[in-house]
Amino acid sequence: MMRLIAFLLALFLSAPLFAKDAAPLAEDEAVEQRLNVIAEELRCLVCQNESLAGSRADLAQDLRREVRILIKDGKSDSDIREFMVSRYGDFILYRPPVKPTTWLLWGGPFLLLISGVVALIVYLRRRNRAVAQAGSKHLSTDEQKHAAALLDEETKK
Amino acid sequence: MMRFLLPLAAFLVLVGFLAVGLNLNPREVPSPLVGKPAPAFDLPQLAAPDKRFATKDMQGKVWLLNVWASWCVSCRQEHPLLVELGKAGIVPIVGLNYKDQRADGLGWLRQHGDPYVLSAFDLDGRVGIDYGVYGVPETYVIDKAGIIRYKQIGPVTPESLEQKILPLVKELDK
Repeated sequence: MMRLIAFLLALFLSAPLFAKDAAPLAEDEAVEQRLNVIAEELRCLVCQNESLAGSRADLAQDLRREVRILIKDGKSDSDIREFMVSRYGDFILYRPPVKPTTWLLWGGPFLLLISGVVALIVYLRRRNRAVAQAGSKHLSTDEQKHAAALLDEETKK
Repeated sequence: MMRFLLPLAAFLVLVGFLAVGLNLNPREVPSPLVGKPAPAFDLPQLAAPDKRFATKDMQGKVWLLNVWASWCVSCRQEHPLLVELGKAGIVPIVGLNYKDQRADGLGWLRQHGDPYVLSAFDLDGRVGIDYGVYGVPETYVIDKAGIIRYKQIGPVTPESLEQKILPLVKELDK
């Protein structure tokens, strides 16, 4: 029995010995780092909520290969983005450019903010005026008596 | 009155945006290539590895470029339509066999029919990248001057064929 346990222990404990070191992703570390920075900002069109850097889709792998080639060719980051946009459109950029078709996209939140602030100011002013009006109103003698009677009733209880 | 009208108006605007937005298909990304010259390429042919096909061979013709692959499931859906279209001889269809194995591609054509004048063999998918291919099948209508006039993303359907592709081909052929 002990021998069996010892054998099994030896078998299982030796398993990590067969694990290899992770293979380097690419020969050139600098290229790979730039690739990651660029690809992080690009959308994978096959799986649209993933970036090109994080996607395992076939197309993403091909596009990363393309970007790698462009980097090695000495292209600038904006050249590479231009390469992608000319083929796949602005949609591939996670940070869309500001142009007439995207004005609403970029300005919309600010527009909403401004209209919210305006609505708030209008509302507060109206309420202030209503409060001020109510405060400036004097009670007639009849009303004063009525109020006193009501307060009396309250204290008697 | 304004108390009710304003929120109602805001609500209607929101409904309008959602109605349009939710009816759009996020898979259909408008191609920036429509209206631009079709990227030139020169590739070996699928059926004859020693022969080549170049986009300039089609100059002066209205033609369809159909991106397909044997591993592509929705290609099977559109294929009967293309076979029919190929038989009718209205417009030449050039296939772009995208990231496929030669034997698989040829076998697929034998099994499902071959509507193509020829298929170009894009093994590493680089021509596909130049055409902005991201979801096979895709079909491009290219005019006599080599300008892309229309891009169909996903399988060609009877509707898209009748309403978009064929009328466009007819008009461009004039």
